Amino acid sequence: MSTIETQMLEVSLGPQHPSTHGVFRMDVVLDGEYVVKLKPVMGYLHRNHEQIGEKMTWLGSMPYTDRLDYFCSMTNNWAYALSVEKMAGIKVPERAEYIRVIMAELTRLLNHACAVGFLLSDCGAWFTPVLYALRERERILDFFETVSGARMMCNYMRFGGVRVDLDEQSLAMARAIVARWPAFLDEFEKLMTENEVLLARTQRVGILPRELAINASVSGPVARASGVAYDIRKVDKYGVYDRFDFRVPVGETGDTFDRFMIRILEMRESVKILHQALRDIPSGPCIAPESKLRGFKVPAGDGYGRIESPKGELGFYLVSEGGAKPYRYHVRPPSFVNLTILEDMCLGHKVADAIIILGSIDIVLGEVDR
Amino acid sequence: MDAIYKLIQHYAPKIPDLLALALAVLLPIAIVMGVFLTVFALLTWVERKALGRIQNRRGPNRVGPVGLFQPVADGLKLLTKEDIVPAAADKVVHFLAPVLTVVPAFMVLAVVPVAKGFVPVDLNIGVLFALAVSTGSVLALFMAGWASRNKFSLLGAMRSVAQVVSYEVPMVMAAVVILMAAGTLSSVGIVEAQRGLAGWFVFKPWGLVAFVIFQLCAMAEVARTPFDLPEAESEIVAGYHTEYSGFKFALFQMGEYVAAITMGGITVTMFLGGYLGPGSDLPKIGWLVSAGWFFAKLGIIVVINIWARGTWPRVRVDQLLGFAWKLLLPLALVNIVAMAIWHFASNKLVGWGASAVVLAVAIVALVKINTGQTFEKRSYRFIS
Repeated sequence: MSTIETQMLEVSLGPQHPSTHGVFRMDVVLDGEYVVKLKPVMGYLHRNHEQIGEKMTWLGSMPYTDRLDYFCSMTNNWAYALSVEKMAGIKVPERAEYIRVIMAELTRLLNHACAVGFLLSDCGAWFTPVLYALRERERILDFFETVSGARMMCNYMRFGGVRVDLDEQSLAMARAIVARWPAFLDEFEKLMTENEVLLARTQRVGILPRELAINASVSGPVARASGVAYDIRKVDKYGVYDRFDFRVPVGETGDTFDRFMIRILEMRESVKILHQALRDIPSGPCIAPESKLRGFKVPAGDGYGRIESPKGELGFYLVSEGGAKPYRYHVRPPSFVNLTILEDMCLGHKVADAIIILGSIDIVLGEVDR
Repeated sequence: MDAIYKLIQHYAPKIPDLLALALAVLLPIAIVMGVFLTVFALLTWVERKALGRIQNRRGPNRVGPVGLFQPVADGLKLLTKEDIVPAAADKVVHFLAPVLTVVPAFMVLAVVPVAKGFVPVDLNIGVLFALAVSTGSVLALFMAGWASRNKFSLLGAMRSVAQVVSYEVPMVMAAVVILMAAGTLSSVGIVEAQRGLAGWFVFKPWGLVAFVIFQLCAMAEVARTPFDLPEAESEIVAGYHTEYSGFKFALFQMGEYVAAITMGGITVTMFLGGYLGPGSDLPKIGWLVSAGWFFAKLGIIVVINIWARGTWPRVRVDQLLGFAWKLLLPLALVNIVAMAIWHFASNKLVGWGASAVVLAVAIVALVKINTGQTFEKRSYRFIS
């Protein structure tokens, strides 16, 4: 009996593909439907971000950081501002710290809502969950617009504080959003987390072992789903995070379902933080009086500032020669680092699983390629 | 057909025989095509509107009143688009595939009794014909996938073949029960067998099970969510019709929608009493009332399809095939046994009870066996 020779099928998923979340490309080798080899190809959205940062003044880079992870401009601003403040030794006033926490947690809410929504879209749920998430995201974007003048590219933070103060009206707006959010989460969970198809698709799919997560320096919800109890809000206690009572959910299995659930649980914790921050926000200046916008210089030296962005550890490594521009400007983007373990998670699974595993990492290409 | 021929001969005896015959053949075809193409156009609008409502959107509302002319605009747009054929494609097969998807979809309509006394052809093997012809579309899908010379198309074609072939089996097995009950393969005969109070087959235990199996298989057969793997957008772009544009793409869409409608029509005929309903036997307007009943029932099936599409994620390919072979097929076989029990039971009540018990046991057992991958209840640690 002669045997039929079979061939592996090499497929290039992306850069033009409906669910690679941008111009990301996966070179996949398939044995039937099974993934035998997967090579993530990055760089299609390379914009020379770091080099531009070295040519700009310190503050001039602030609007560029919006474009890194274009879902979460607020947290990007904060990470950059935090690094520069660390180097220049600027003290941030109380009220500004609270405003930053409010903005960052609202960003986390909108990012996680969209992330789980898009994950379900990747599962083939025909955009219904993602549109529910986008409906809620709109409210937050409206709030950002009232405060900063822009919906997504907020460019809101400055060294030593924030650009515009929150008035009573916008605070009330934020409170309304936060008060509404648990209802949205309940609805979303009721519709989704007990859906058998979703469970069958996500449980035990794309397991990321704890050791690998640590070795690959994966951070954020992806790492926490694998059981790494690591949240920079707790570790560094940057800003005023030590004043809030919140918990960090940690998973065990580290599969796609855990990553999905961790994000939902994190949203619930963010709501808690927001309640406290909106309640306790003190009065005072929203920017440090000694902070200068023009002619701003940072003393020579280097510094690394990091925050817990919704996607993981977002850090800026900056070297200053004492001038008006950074000598070296380096970004440590969480999406990029989290993406490096994609192949390990996808091997042996089906091509349909590879898509949802990618979706569960939650990448934004603006940040991956810079 | 015969009826129309006789009518023509009766009212216009001067028409030559051949012409009368041609008219008798073409008239029902024209009516069916006209009616169902309108239904198809409406269905695209209904689907987009309903999906919009499910998703907090308004859906199409720009063209005409409440967006009713959207299908026309879509058609015009697709007609005027450039028709791109990949350089490496097999041109002939690439061209034939979309045509071949539409043809079987319409051919099935030939045996669907739309109203009392109106069925284009009352074949004595009607159901067999419908099931056989509707499977033909898989050939077209595979032709499309193969001829496009695109890897996504090929994957889609591969999936669709596996899917349609697998789901065909439980589908036929579910249909067998109905044939046993009606004692005929003729679609009109099946409808007529469902007369009487609660006579629809769906109201019997075996009928209900067969209905569910058949409906699921029909959804899989026409690749509707959650079984839309052949054209899974998030995975393989558009599956077998990735390389189609313009009107060929429109033909694929049309084939898919018409297939969904005809499958719904067959489901209605076999399980929901077809055109039967209060008033369907009235002397003069009976045909109109019965047509109304038919389309109302068809509407329910269609809405179920849309609803599923708007709310369910897609299953994976192994889960899809496992579902067909491990759950639906054994259940359909047990269902045949249940039907036999019903048939030979001494009285109706015993038949009801016995077949219901057999089916309940089978369902529980099969579900128990098949939950190999039990869903885990997860707990999460919280650190503070």
